[in-house]
Amino acid sequence: MNTTIAGVLLVAVVLYGVFGGADFGTGLWDLTAGGARRGARPRALIDHSLGPVWEANHTWLIFILVVLWTGFPAAFVAITTTLYVPLGIAAFGIVLRGSGFAFRKVSFRTAEQRVNGAVFATSSVLTPFCFGAVAGAIASGRVPSGGHGDPMASWLSPTGVLGGVLAVLTCGYLAAVFLAADADRLGDAELEQWTRRRALLSAVLTGAAALSGPFVLHADAPRLYDRLLHVGWPALVVSAVAGALALAATLRGARVVARALGVVAVAAVLVGWGVGQYPYLLGTHLRIADAAAPPATMTTLGVVTLAAAVLVGPSLVVLYRLAVRGRL
Amino acid sequence: MPLAAPAAAGWLIASASEPSQLLPAREQMAFTLGFHIILVPFGVAFTFITMIANYRALRHDDAEALLLAQRWSKVAAVLFAVGAVSGTVLSFEMGLLWPGLMGRFGAAYGIPFAVEGIFFFLEAIFVAIYIYGWDRLPPWPHFWSGLPVVLSGVGGTFSVVAANSWMNAPSGITLRDGKIVDVDVWRVFFNDAFWYEALHMLLAAYVVAGFAVAGVYAVGMLRGRRDRYHRMGLLVPLTVGAVAIPLQIVMGDVIAREVFKSEPAKFAAIEGLSRTSTHVPEVLGGVFRDGELRYGLSIPDGASLLSGFSSDTRIRGLQDIPPAVRPTDRLVTIVHLSFDVMVGTGFLLLGLALWFAWSWWRTRAADPGRWFLRAVAVSGAVAVIALETGWIVTEVGRQPWTVSGLLLTRDAVQRSGNVWPLFGGAIAIYAGVTVGAWYALRALRRRWAAGADSSTPYAPDDDPVPASTR
Repeated sequence: MNTTIAGVLLVAVVLYGVFGGADFGTGLWDLTAGGARRGARPRALIDHSLGPVWEANHTWLIFILVVLWTGFPAAFVAITTTLYVPLGIAAFGIVLRGSGFAFRKVSFRTAEQRVNGAVFATSSVLTPFCFGAVAGAIASGRVPSGGHGDPMASWLSPTGVLGGVLAVLTCGYLAAVFLAADADRLGDAELEQWTRRRALLSAVLTGAAALSGPFVLHADAPRLYDRLLHVGWPALVVSAVAGALALAATLRGARVVARALGVVAVAAVLVGWGVGQYPYLLGTHLRIADAAAPPATMTTLGVVTLAAAVLVGPSLVVLYRLAVRGRL
Repeated sequence: MPLAAPAAAGWLIASASEPSQLLPAREQMAFTLGFHIILVPFGVAFTFITMIANYRALRHDDAEALLLAQRWSKVAAVLFAVGAVSGTVLSFEMGLLWPGLMGRFGAAYGIPFAVEGIFFFLEAIFVAIYIYGWDRLPPWPHFWSGLPVVLSGVGGTFSVVAANSWMNAPSGITLRDGKIVDVDVWRVFFNDAFWYEALHMLLAAYVVAGFAVAGVYAVGMLRGRRDRYHRMGLLVPLTVGAVAIPLQIVMGDVIAREVFKSEPAKFAAIEGLSRTSTHVPEVLGGVFRDGELRYGLSIPDGASLLSGFSSDTRIRGLQDIPPAVRPTDRLVTIVHLSFDVMVGTGFLLLGLALWFAWSWWRTRAADPGRWFLRAVAVSGAVAVIALETGWIVTEVGRQPWTVSGLLLTRDAVQRSGNVWPLFGGAIAIYAGVTVGAWYALRALRRRWAAGADSSTPYAPDDDPVPASTR
């Protein structure tokens, strides 16, 4: 059961990484969309795509937190007593992102929209960086089992920074392929071009950053490097192939295929991380079984997960279908 | 926000040579929770109020009711967003501020939050469908998409309050060497304090949302906009609030006796009672100093009569608590005064509800007087004060414990790093969010007052570019 719940956690991380990541990534393009006049239409597209879904996508984060602290309290505490700096920044980033987005949507004057938009966009870049750095710190074994690790060096390590940069870039990439599909559906050729250029740019940058990954990990986190090479490699191969194909699909203008492949490429990296770390929760020192709550709690989490699959799963599908069909 | 009270409490605890993080951690928790709790009623109860107007619009083909419902859902979208993200901060704070709590008791205390996760998910999904589906979904299916929001509001409230009530009345765990080795999930969730706290908070949500929304239209009517639209905007939420508040008062009376039975230390602080005795007076107001409640207005035998229906009812005093875990004088004063303010504001709202019922019976509230409108205009703020003081009673009233009898707050607090910058950041950011929300809601109001309901997204003021996406 412990492994099952850890698996649930990984699935939630992947879903948050993909859907929450795509939402955060729009901030990068919003931030760089230009002045009020030039950026008006891209921002309207972002607004339209994000509006109905971002809160539901955000809920994966809540789900991750509650499963982690209930199922693996020791790991949760180890993380929060070590990585409180990036987590604190991320928490504030989440507040500013959500509020800025909601306020901009209803504000009337350009000046107010500008302030709210800047807040939304900046925090949308900052937050995924922090989450990526947190992941890097955990993966590279810088969170001790007993917590209270180095508050700065843990996440500002090479692996942490790599995680942060990769997170920002992949979010931007996912956002661009999602927005491209939305612009295409709305029949807006100009915006479709606009998003496609950004998808290509971020795909190339993400690929470049990912290629530096092996060197960074080899030097900075040899044990993680070793495990990724021996256990996690199929996922990384899938990711690389899917990423390359997605790039080709984007170039050829196959938006829906590009979106699906892009999602696979990002999800595969996260799955690879999880598989590579198994059977450990933190680095290669805290085992899943050693951090787990008593069996009754784990069974309850299993039941909660089933209930979520039955209740939340279909509801999410309804929401996405309505959004994609332009009914919302 | 009544921050002075928890601030004083935190200062006092810190001054008694506690861990240095305790003061900022408690301040931050009080501040962020106090902020979030104001938004909760709108997530929980506003959709229900909106659905009443929506039902009327569909059933009676009422264009003004439809306009109200649509505008309310736009306001709800803004408030729900801020509520969702400020609630997320609280999740982070569980680990950032209280690792001692999560590490030791996460396996039990976390369970209600896991259940809450499902309700929050459903709420977020159906809020989006309801808010964004006005124009393109068929009217009745759209109406029914609001129902899961109302139901998951109830479920979410019950789950979060289950976690809180477990801190007041922990049960369902087996401890060995201070570690949880077994959990009885049912008894964790449905702990002894669960039902009364959960129903109390649910009713509070409807009271706050009802009076606060009504207040907006009372202000409009005071400014001379006495059309049918404003009257309906006043009557629908005011009716919800006026139905909820008498239930809340009865509920509160029952709860006070439950607290008397199951949380004697909190009850002693509420009454400001030092020595265990019978014939205990009910003291209104006052300051607790040197083991005595001074300067209050005393009603002979009142507390004994209220808690056991007899002046011979014995109430346990604070001196029964071992000195090491006895709340300080200042904490007792805070709990006692907060309780008085909560009950007092509750009765003020009850008075307003009775006034409303009376004027409805007399004239069907055809022309509510200016004083009535003024009272409704401030009733939302009064309801928020009741809500905040109620939470101060239950939270400060549990001190020095985080989990009653099992975990002291000073053992729960974060020991790494420095919480002060985090707290400072929280104050600055939440202040900014408050200002932003104010401007955003004002922008909506101005646009609606001008009769414009569709927005022009992100066009420069002088050159409106037509929305490309709709």
